[in-house]
Amino acid sequence: MIVLLGVLVVILGFVTRRNPVLVVGVAGIATGLLGKMNPQEILAAFGQSFADSRSVTVFAIVLPVIGLLERYGLREQARTLIGKLGRLSVGRFLTVYLLVRQVTAAFGLNNLGGPAQTVRPLVAPMAEAAAERRLGARLPDKLREKVRSYSSSADTVGLFFGEDCFIAIGSILLITGFVNSTYHQELEPTQLALWAVPLAVCAFFIHGPRLLLLDKKLEREMALANAENDLPLPKETAK
Amino acid sequence: MIKVEWLYWLIGLVFVVMAAQMAMDRTNPKRWTSAAFWGLLGLTFPYGTGVATGATMYKLPAEPLGVAVLALILLAGFNFIGKGVPVTTTEEQREASAARLGNKLFVPALTIPLVAIVCASFLDESGLFETGKATLIGLGLGCVVALVVGMLVTGERKLSTPIHSGRSMLEAMGSALLLPQLLAVLGSIFAVAGVGTQVGEIVNDVMPDNSKYFAVIAYCVGMFLFTVIMGNAFAAFPVMTAAIGWPVLIQQMHGNEPAVLAIGMLAGFSGTLCTPMAANFNIVPASLLELKDQYGPIKAQLPTGLALLGCSTVIMAIFAV
Repeated sequence: MIVLLGVLVVILGFVTRRNPVLVVGVAGIATGLLGKMNPQEILAAFGQSFADSRSVTVFAIVLPVIGLLERYGLREQARTLIGKLGRLSVGRFLTVYLLVRQVTAAFGLNNLGGPAQTVRPLVAPMAEAAAERRLGARLPDKLREKVRSYSSSADTVGLFFGEDCFIAIGSILLITGFVNSTYHQELEPTQLALWAVPLAVCAFFIHGPRLLLLDKKLEREMALANAENDLPLPKETAK
Repeated sequence: MIKVEWLYWLIGLVFVVMAAQMAMDRTNPKRWTSAAFWGLLGLTFPYGTGVATGATMYKLPAEPLGVAVLALILLAGFNFIGKGVPVTTTEEQREASAARLGNKLFVPALTIPLVAIVCASFLDESGLFETGKATLIGLGLGCVVALVVGMLVTGERKLSTPIHSGRSMLEAMGSALLLPQLLAVLGSIFAVAGVGTQVGEIVNDVMPDNSKYFAVIAYCVGMFLFTVIMGNAFAAFPVMTAAIGWPVLIQQMHGNEPAVLAIGMLAGFSGTLCTPMAANFNIVPASLLELKDQYGPIKAQLPTGLALLGCSTVIMAIFAV
């Protein structure tokens, strides 16, 4: 019963908005001590699992390339390009990205996208440009934030509900590894991947329409903002 | 054979070089402690090779790494990490260079996924890469190739320029970058300390006998809530499966094993969409995208996450048990 206090530490830290790194550290030590581990065992557990989970930090290797390209105008060029792509609205553009992300992740290419690799340099600037062309004006800060947030959401939802359809992905291997060793079963990854398909379909048909609705939402908020300021819509878009 | 550990060493090296730059950056008010943080993080990568399971190159004890992790936690937790003023181009310069280079700028960016695809799909079986690590290694290789291509395309000569630009992005992310790895640590400590069995006993005490729907809801919503707390469905999975998924849904009620477990994991994923603890998916993008509201991505995902939790519960109740 007493080891559950570790969970309580996380919740309390979270609710009182303490530094999350510190909260996790304190909760780990507290749980270890309450679970009757000695200090040396706790240190070893910290070190071992930190080493085993290095793969989650691998995306940092992308930063120098993207940083270099941004210096030379990658984001600006992404805007120009989408400006030429006909009638693609921001909602449709993000829905297409969601689908591409889901399908590629389902084939095991989960590292293709990501906030650092694709969202910041390509998807978000393109989404902004598509929105600006449609609205015929520069986006106010609040709406720009909304477009960027939805760009990030398309990437994350696509990844989460695509990758589990692929058999060699971390979560599938974690399930088989845990169940086969703890309960002496012989689960096959393919059986699990099959059961991820219905939810992948649900995810597309829930998040896709929400992305499409973004177009209407932006139009409404833009009209509202313009009415408040009593300004005529600027017509300038050719950039 | 190319091993994934080489990629980890490369990342460690990049962190250490960036840390050295930070130490010399006088615009950063906390330059020494910032350099200590990122430098130490860099060193944990090669040291981790000796600690990680399955790595046979050399064997090192895990305790010193544990001490290093605690040091990282203290540096980040008590706000010893700062950032300098980024050295970059002006908006006019960027627009001018975008006009000059045009779509050639996309070539290096697309090189990364292209190399990753080639490695994952065509070279996976070739024996060139460590088994099961082809995508990860492909990502690393893709970045190296893309850097070379990028420098050719832009005509940039100094290798220090991309490192500088990457460092600015790293400084913008700050300690949020460390959180996913720390949550994995917390999850494994929870497992060793027996948090799962405790939760199971509590659920068993309040559960009406043989109520299939109650058990399904308890497992799915439990996965969701625990993931919201832990920021990571991988950490919640062993806890909730040991508590309800296995003993109740599979052993007592003879549920379909793969269906229960796969859908349970995805119920956790919908929790990941809704929590700031899942820093790498929600807070890191917010800082990378320079959002004022760091909960922006979560707000965009929250309705989808809740709807998908509903879907997993219904699908599990109908098809799995």
